[in-house]
Amino acid sequence: MSTPLDWKGYEPVLIPKISGLHQIDIYEKNGGYESLREVLLNKTKWPDAVSVVNEVKEANIRGRGGAGFNAGLKWSFMPPVDGGPRYLACNGDESEPGTFKDRKIFEYNPHLFIEGALIAAYAMSISTVYVYIRGEYRSFIQMMEKAVSDAYAKGYIGKNILGSGFSTEMVVHSGAGAYICGEETSLLESLEGKRGYPRVKPPFPAQRGLWGRPTTINNIETLANVPLVIKNGASWFKTIGAETHPGPVLYGISGHVNRPGVYELPSGMPILTLIQDVAGGMRNGKRIKAVIPGGSSTPVLRGDALEGVNMDADSLRQAGSMMGTAGMVIMDEDTDMVEVLWRISKFYHHESCGQCTPCREGTGWLEKILDKIMHGDGETRDLDLLLDVTTQMEGRTICALADAAAWPVRYTISRFREEFEARCRKSVYALA
Amino acid sequence: MEYSFSKDDLAKIDEIKSRYPEVMPATLPVLWLAQDKFGHVNEEVQKLVAETLDLPVSHVHGVAEFYTQYYKKEMGKFVLDVCTCLSCHIGGGYDILKHLEKTLGIKAGGTTNDGLFSLQEVECLGACGYAPMMQINNDVFVNHLTPEKTDQVVEGLRKGKYPEFESIAMPLNPNTSASKETV
Repeated sequence: MSTPLDWKGYEPVLIPKISGLHQIDIYEKNGGYESLREVLLNKTKWPDAVSVVNEVKEANIRGRGGAGFNAGLKWSFMPPVDGGPRYLACNGDESEPGTFKDRKIFEYNPHLFIEGALIAAYAMSISTVYVYIRGEYRSFIQMMEKAVSDAYAKGYIGKNILGSGFSTEMVVHSGAGAYICGEETSLLESLEGKRGYPRVKPPFPAQRGLWGRPTTINNIETLANVPLVIKNGASWFKTIGAETHPGPVLYGISGHVNRPGVYELPSGMPILTLIQDVAGGMRNGKRIKAVIPGGSSTPVLRGDALEGVNMDADSLRQAGSMMGTAGMVIMDEDTDMVEVLWRISKFYHHESCGQCTPCREGTGWLEKILDKIMHGDGETRDLDLLLDVTTQMEGRTICALADAAAWPVRYTISRFREEFEARCRKSVYALA
Repeated sequence: MEYSFSKDDLAKIDEIKSRYPEVMPATLPVLWLAQDKFGHVNEEVQKLVAETLDLPVSHVHGVAEFYTQYYKKEMGKFVLDVCTCLSCHIGGGYDILKHLEKTLGIKAGGTTNDGLFSLQEVECLGACGYAPMMQINNDVFVNHLTPEKTDQVVEGLRKGKYPEFESIAMPLNPNTSASKETV
C-alpha cells in the first residue's frame, strides 16, 4: 500500500498560476530557458548530450500521448550521428476523443514546451524540430507560431544557440483534419505532405523516419516535462505521484461533472477523487455509470468498480483499462451505453485511413450493427457477431486504429452486457 | 472563376518551401493558403497548387480528399462545424445540430440558399470539457453551446459579427489558495 497522495497541496508546474506566462519576457523572468542554458553551457554538470538523455531516462517520463513509453529510453534509440539531418517531430495532433490537454500548454505555457523540445534536440543532435499541431487548433497554432518566432528573436532557436555552437531549427506545421495523423508514422507521412497512411514497423522512426532519416516523435506534454526534470533533477520528478508512472499529469475531465476542464495534478490520482473533489462531483447529484479513463479507445470502467482505481498505468491495467491520454469521460446514470458505443464506433469508422481491410471494413460493420441495435432492430446474436468482428480486427493491421476501435466494443459490451441485451430481440435458433 | 496566386502568395509559398528539405511537404500548407484565399480547394484550385509546386495533380487531389478540413467544393460564407463526438454527444451535441438544422432550414452537409451558412457534423475537435461546441470557418471555437447561444452566434454572423476566441481559464484546484485569475 502506498501512502495517500498529497494532492491538495500540489502546486502546478506545467501550467503554473503565473499571469501572462505565455509571453517570453515573463517566462524568462520566472526562470524560463534556464534549463536550456544549463544544458548547453554548464559543461561540468552536463558534459555531453548523453548525460542529458540519461537524466531524462532516469526520470521515467512516460509518454503522455497514450503509449506511456519512457521518453528518455526512446531518445536513446537514436543511432549515432553520421553527419546527415536528424529530426524531432512533436506530436500535437491531440485527436483522441476526450483529449484536450496539449492546447492548454499552447495557450498558457508554450515556451516550456519549446524549451523542452530544444533540450531534446540537443540531447539527440536534432537539426530540425517539427511541431505538428492538428488543423482544428488554428487559434492555438497561431499562438505557437508567435511563441516560436519570439524564441528565434531571443536566440534560443537557430544558429549557434546562446553561443554554444549547437544549432537547430523549429517549424510549426498544421494538420488538416485526420485523427490518424496522431499515429506516429502517419504523422510523419503527413509532415512529408502525403495522405496520412501509417507505415509498417520496422523500420522504426529512429532508424528511418522523416525523409528516411533518424526521427523521434514525442508528445507535447511529454516534452514540457523535460525542462522541469533538468532543473529539479530526475529524483525530484520521481517523488511526484505514482511510483511507476511519476510526474505531473494534465487530466482532461469531460462529461457529466460540475466542473469539467483540464487539471494539473500528480499522476496516480484516485478516479473517484478526481470526479468528486476536483471536478466538483456529478451534475445534479447523479450516480456515476461509467468512466472512460484515457480517451475513447481505452476500455470503459463501470461506475461501481472505481473504488481504489488510480490514474496510473499499473492501477488502470489491474482494473482492466489503460492510462491513454488521461482524457477522462465521465457518464452519469442516464447515459445510454448503446448510443455511446455507436457514436465511438462511428468515429473510428470515419477515421479509418482505409489502408488495411480488417480496419476499413471492420469499423464499418461495427457501426452498422450498433446502429441496428440502437434502433431496436438487433438480436442478441448480433452482440456475438460484434465480438467476432473485433477479434478479426485486433492485431491484424499496420497501426493500432483497428485495436482502438475494437476495444471499446469488446469492453463496453462485456461490462454493460445487460443493457445491450435489453435492446435486442432474443435470437431464435431453428433446429436443423 | 479564374484561380491564380498573386506575387505575394508566390513569395509566401517560397517561404513555406524553405521550411522543408523537399517540395512535397509544402502540399498541406499551400492547400491551406489556397483555401484561405479562395474559400475552398476544388479541383481547379488543386490543379493550381499542383502546377505551382510542380507536383502531380493526382498527388494534390489525393491529399485534399484525405483531410476533412479542406473544402472540396464551394461552401457558404460561414461554415459551422458542430462536434457530435463522444463528450459532445453525451453533452447534447446532436441537440445543437438539430437546432441549427431547424433554424437554418438545411440538413448537415448542406448550404443555405443565400450562400451564407454551411452546416457540418464533425468529429472530435478537442474541446471536450466545454461541450457542446462548434467551430466556425476552421477557426474559432464557440464553446458551451445552448440553443440561445447558438441563435446569438448565428444572428451575429448575419450582421457580420464574427465570434472572438474564447479563452477558458484553467479551473482552479479547489484546495489551493491561488488567485482567481490564471492569465
